[in-house]
Amino acid sequence: MIETENLTRKFGDLTAVDDLTLRVDDGEVFGFLGPNGAGKTTTVRMLCCLISKTSGEASIAGFEVGKDADALKIRKLIGLVPDNVGLYDDLSAYDNLDFYGKLYDRSEAQRQESIQRFLTMLGLWEKKDVTVGTFSKGMKQKLGIACALVHDPQVLFMDEPTANLDPESAKTVRDFILELKKEKRTIFLNTHNLDEAQKICDKIAILNTKLMAIGTPEELERSASGRTTVVQLVQLTDAILSTIRKLPLGNLVVKGNTLTIDVKDPETENVAIVDAIYGAGGHVQTVTVVGSTLEDAYLKLVRRDDK
Amino acid sequence: MRLSKSWIIASKDFKVFMKKKNILYSIVVVPLIISLLLPIAIGYGGHKNGGSGIRPAELTVLLPAFTFFYLILAGFIPTTIASYTIVGEKVEKSLERLLATPTTDAEILLGKGIAAFLPPLACVLGGATVFMALMDLVTRGTLGYNFFPNWNAAIVLFVMVPFAAIAIVEWNVIVSARVSDVRVAQQVGVVVILPFAGIYVAGELDLINLGTTNNLLIIAGILLAVDLLLLFVAKATFRREEILTKWK
Repeated sequence: MIETENLTRKFGDLTAVDDLTLRVDDGEVFGFLGPNGAGKTTTVRMLCCLISKTSGEASIAGFEVGKDADALKIRKLIGLVPDNVGLYDDLSAYDNLDFYGKLYDRSEAQRQESIQRFLTMLGLWEKKDVTVGTFSKGMKQKLGIACALVHDPQVLFMDEPTANLDPESAKTVRDFILELKKEKRTIFLNTHNLDEAQKICDKIAILNTKLMAIGTPEELERSASGRTTVVQLVQLTDAILSTIRKLPLGNLVVKGNTLTIDVKDPETENVAIVDAIYGAGGHVQTVTVVGSTLEDAYLKLVRRDDK
Repeated sequence: MRLSKSWIIASKDFKVFMKKKNILYSIVVVPLIISLLLPIAIGYGGHKNGGSGIRPAELTVLLPAFTFFYLILAGFIPTTIASYTIVGEKVEKSLERLLATPTTDAEILLGKGIAAFLPPLACVLGGATVFMALMDLVTRGTLGYNFFPNWNAAIVLFVMVPFAAIAIVEWNVIVSARVSDVRVAQQVGVVVILPFAGIYVAGELDLINLGTTNNLLIIAGILLAVDLLLLFVAKATFRREEILTKWK
């Protein structure tokens, strides 16, 4: 659905996005993580045909980003929830949605149906005639999402949709994204929130001007430092230690009768470890796999890049 | 370019204006006050010259110059709306969402232009109609005929006033790129009325004869040239790329 190849954007001497290559499949929730200034918003703006690319290629549903003839077609099939909610405070919730519905050439019946549907889903239908200026931040954010959906887009770009929201509002927005996921919409989600990304994204990319990593949340967790296996023995002997050291494993830390070993693939390597221990005459009390988190992976990649 | 898209944007702005009392007051009340005050001033002038009133020769100089006052209004009033339509969207941070819709830069610019142009124009022309009717009422006795309507007033109101309003709207688009506060935009935007005020003062001082059709057509031609020049600059300023990456 969304593809980029060596996508680059420069502002004068500053490179905001460098050589970005990624692919987002149809119906996927794609998390785009990165620190402030990493180029996330610039990438979204390029994909939404709001700003031009300096070089590289990008396409959405087969339409070419950067080609004038395709720009309106792309904007018609996408919805954007910008980082600033950007609503008209003097108008009612209904009028805000109706305005955007008209700009997307929706008929009156289609607009009425969409507005009722999304405001009801977001718990705002009762407030449809209330001036938006009186809404709380959470209500505005929900309405902002509804504005981006009123034309029923196939692809939704969301730039930090839960930033600055209280936990309850943030959860409502997250739950709503999960509802949209069930409808098989493709969602491109810019976020700082690692927990959020882990909970709702099928695939995650970590950007720090350049693409640092891309994969499922599980793949990224593993890529951080693999995983760690902690083996608790009845009695650790020199023979066991010598046997373990001969295995092609990662870093080994010994503390009392406990071995802490970095492994890449616990499912196969743990079997070899236990077999080796039994082979050397040892007895295993417990084997625990300690995985690294998405946060570990994120921090490791971003800090490595900063150095 | 699809006019329907521009009209949707303009209609939304009209709805917003209806909720903003300061905008309503400035576009309705100011022309109305001017339109009432000028005939009252001329009527009061009837007490001059020992009660015989302002002389007909003086009236035929004053009245065309007063008509020119509407040109100043046409330069002043659209600033209130024009600065709001674009800088207001910047302040409310709604421009990015609007720019992400399937509309072209020209359609958005035209929509904003219509929103800033039509209401002030309607109010200025409405005020001018009141002015002309009342002025005829108070001067008919002295002149012996209805001074308004006349061709020169028609040139001022239906050619020069729209041209002046267009220039102000375009100027405000350019100003909007450089400021992020509605009041600052209004203050800078209103600078354009200074040449109009200068022409009005020159007319009052009899340095320019604003009562001749030729002079009015020359000023209208200059305004048209200014409109075209400002349109070129405004179009270059109002581009998605510029708005999102260079506008303050």
